[in-house]
Amino acid sequence: MADVALNAARSKGASYTDVRIGRYLNQYLITREDKVENVVNTESYGMGIRVIANGGWGFAATDRMDNDSIAKAAELAVSIAKENSRLLTEPVKLAPQRGYGEVSWKAPIEKNAFEVPIKEKADLLLSVNDAAMKGGADFINSFLFTVNEQKYFASTDGSYIDQDIHRIWPTFIITKIDHASGKFETRNALSAPMGMGYEYLDARPQDKIKGVTTLYKERYDMLEDARLGAAQVAEKLKAKSVEPGKYDLILDPSHLWLTIHESTGHPTELDRVLGYEANFAGTSFLTLDKWESKKFTYGSNIVNIVADKSQKGSLGAVGYDDEGVQCGRWDIIKDGVLVNYQTIRDQAHILGLNASQGCCYADNWSSVQFQRMPNISLLPGKEKKSIDDLIKGVEKGIYIIGDGSFSIDQQRYNFQFGGQLYYEIKNGQIGGMLKDVAYQSNTQEFWNACVGIADESDYRLGGSFFDGKGQPMQTSAVSHGSSTARFSGVNVINTARKLG
Amino acid sequence: MAILTKDEAQALLKKVLSYSKADECEANLTGTNTGNIRYARNAVSTSGGVSQTNLVVSSAFGKKLGVATINELDDASLEKVVRRAEELAQLAPENPEFVPFLGPQKYKDSITYVPATAAITPKMRADAVSQSLQVAKDGKTVAAGFLQDTIGYAAMMNTKGLFAYNTYTNVNFSVTARTEDGKGSGYATRGYNDITKLDTKSVTKIATDKGLKSAKAQAIEPGKYTVILEPAAAAVLIENIFFGMDARQADEGRSFLSKPGGKTSLGEKLVDERVTIYSDPWNPELPTSPWTGDGRPQEKVSWIEKGVVKNLTYSRFWAEKKGVKAIPQPDAIVMEGGTKSLEELIKGTKKGILVTRLWYIRNVDPQTLLLTGLTRDGTFYIENGVIKFPIKNFRFNESPVIMLNNLEELGKVERTVSVESNANYLLPPMKIRDFTFTSLSDAV
Repeated sequence: MADVALNAARSKGASYTDVRIGRYLNQYLITREDKVENVVNTESYGMGIRVIANGGWGFAATDRMDNDSIAKAAELAVSIAKENSRLLTEPVKLAPQRGYGEVSWKAPIEKNAFEVPIKEKADLLLSVNDAAMKGGADFINSFLFTVNEQKYFASTDGSYIDQDIHRIWPTFIITKIDHASGKFETRNALSAPMGMGYEYLDARPQDKIKGVTTLYKERYDMLEDARLGAAQVAEKLKAKSVEPGKYDLILDPSHLWLTIHESTGHPTELDRVLGYEANFAGTSFLTLDKWESKKFTYGSNIVNIVADKSQKGSLGAVGYDDEGVQCGRWDIIKDGVLVNYQTIRDQAHILGLNASQGCCYADNWSSVQFQRMPNISLLPGKEKKSIDDLIKGVEKGIYIIGDGSFSIDQQRYNFQFGGQLYYEIKNGQIGGMLKDVAYQSNTQEFWNACVGIADESDYRLGGSFFDGKGQPMQTSAVSHGSSTARFSGVNVINTARKLG
Repeated sequence: MAILTKDEAQALLKKVLSYSKADECEANLTGTNTGNIRYARNAVSTSGGVSQTNLVVSSAFGKKLGVATINELDDASLEKVVRRAEELAQLAPENPEFVPFLGPQKYKDSITYVPATAAITPKMRADAVSQSLQVAKDGKTVAAGFLQDTIGYAAMMNTKGLFAYNTYTNVNFSVTARTEDGKGSGYATRGYNDITKLDTKSVTKIATDKGLKSAKAQAIEPGKYTVILEPAAAAVLIENIFFGMDARQADEGRSFLSKPGGKTSLGEKLVDERVTIYSDPWNPELPTSPWTGDGRPQEKVSWIEKGVVKNLTYSRFWAEKKGVKAIPQPDAIVMEGGTKSLEELIKGTKKGILVTRLWYIRNVDPQTLLLTGLTRDGTFYIENGVIKFPIKNFRFNESPVIMLNNLEELGKVERTVSVESNANYLLPPMKIRDFTFTSLSDAV
């Protein structure tokens, strides 16, 4: 089938063609309290064909997989490329890429979630719900999402790449209501979506970090988290409303991943820097002159941030990207200085690179591949330092766990984040719970205020299934790792309001 | 070709149901042909044509439900997806909230399909973008934009005798024009069922003018200001009210419409008495499907009348439990306005801020519907009835409910598109007092 497309495109005048044949399987289990609301299996199969003709890109996709339909789709892709070539200012310039021949990559999972019986999964979610309800919750909605992407890539460079990718995300939302006042609070799961199989749910003691709540490394104890969550959501209702002002923030990896995603991941996407996302996701304050200067201090000198598409267990891990480039790891921020971006084949020459960094991805066979964020992670501190060591040095601060509300401007300067759990820190000690907390900052100020990072023993991944970008919009799954980190003097606002 | 005629869809769905061994089976079939062209840095970047189909099969044994989807339509695949939905249903625990599928319904004819839109070619798309690029270049701006057209159909059938079919077309266009030095940025967007209504030149001219006028913005202090929200800016705030009208959430005490003691705001005054909002699927300016995803016919519904909450949305289960009519999510929303133009609203403003677009809207507190986000692509300071100068962008923290209680004046209604949800609305520009800006942004 791939050769039918490659040959048809070539015969119509394409100078380059790649073909992606994909079968995308998803499963969703959706429950609330003592009920399984829905069990859904989705399956989508088809082919996307991307060509260069007359120097411009064209793309067509079809789910009719007979030779005639494939050839017609290839022809459409070429005709679109030719039609649009009159609107180019310069022809597409692809970084050279050798063909790998026939190769394959498989996510290193231990237990395929699609092979675990539905009943076992439903029983787990119902037991989680039961634990939360017995713990005093008024409501719980719990979910288990599993994904399997089976992808085959072929290109005129001579690559034929077979890949099998797995992802899993168990999560819940617990709600508690104070009926007398009409107030309510929620507490979301502290799990992370992972590039793993069902083994993520095999709780192990060595993956737990005990503190004000239990935090999880490579395995997740959903039942324990629900029990703790039920107690914490009740505490949230009674928590003290935060006094606005400047605080030192201690940010847990279950929270910090999203700040990294928005304030480091997005502004270092080269397509945004160049203006290709100006009409939707936006551009970037990290302009090329800042990179060329080799001295733009994005953060303090303890801030080291890497891109890594090979990280085990991460959502973005693959062997090869969606234009046939083998994936790896590279520095983005080195000792606080901006040193690199995220690129694909038609952008590499802009940075003077002679190879792509392998950041091309399409969310479906029906979507055209383009530059997407690899896993972007903050490296752990080099000195031995625990969460307690970080907290000890704080006079007036807030310890934030879990991700909450998030928003950032289109050039990634100004952001606002909330969380799930907020604890007051006074004179190096954790005190009571706070509520109505959100912090606002400017990306460069924030990362330059990073004054401490816990060591690698605290390193954990967070992430999202639903990073959105592009027109038409595509989603991408991506992880962000870090250890707990301290940021000094960040502006905290109070988000409480009254209706009526 | 992914578009099936009514007869073809009916025949295929009958075949799907013929494989069913469940107590009840329902099948939803959709197909689209979409074409798009994307441009940036004054040149085309990516573009494509996509043809796809999706079949969703829901099978129920008693109160046990399973759902499976597939996009391969050969006989073996059709039988496979039915068997898979049945397997899932057999394995799933009983759901006491399961409601049997609907029987036959009557639907009005829709006005959602326009042949001219269905006939768009790659050349027409390229020509439309070429015209947009010319306007941007003439204005010495750098354009980035997106044009997408869709022809689609949706059909559903179940073993209770329900059958529904609808075809539709739509086209969406948006463009951002930035000054060459990157210090100004303007945006405009339009969405129609009918391509003949779209003029990419005039839309790009609006974006270019805003981009040029927004350059060299000055910083003013964040705080509470009187704002005039253009309809595109108002849409992304107000639509959060519609998204949260679910009766069950309100009854359960976990909504901005919940009140102490298990009560809700239904029947009570929520916002200023000049606010009246309804949904009207038959409004010729907002064509929409005559039926919802679960087969319920669409109807005209009043949501807020003179500031009072008149209806909430009810799932079929919750409606049955509460003994009320099951009202689906609103579609084709209209908010009544006044008679003044945007210019007249500005003229009557002593001191205020004109907001043309808001961006990255997120819920901060569901209790109060507090939202945060930022202004983008043209924000201007108004003094003594005239626009004085462009200002730097702000982050806001504001609730649309509080905002509609701080209403000063409504302008003339116009059609607009939400850049967050892509939904089309008929909304007026609105003047609001004490709108809360909490910090400055350097973003352009």
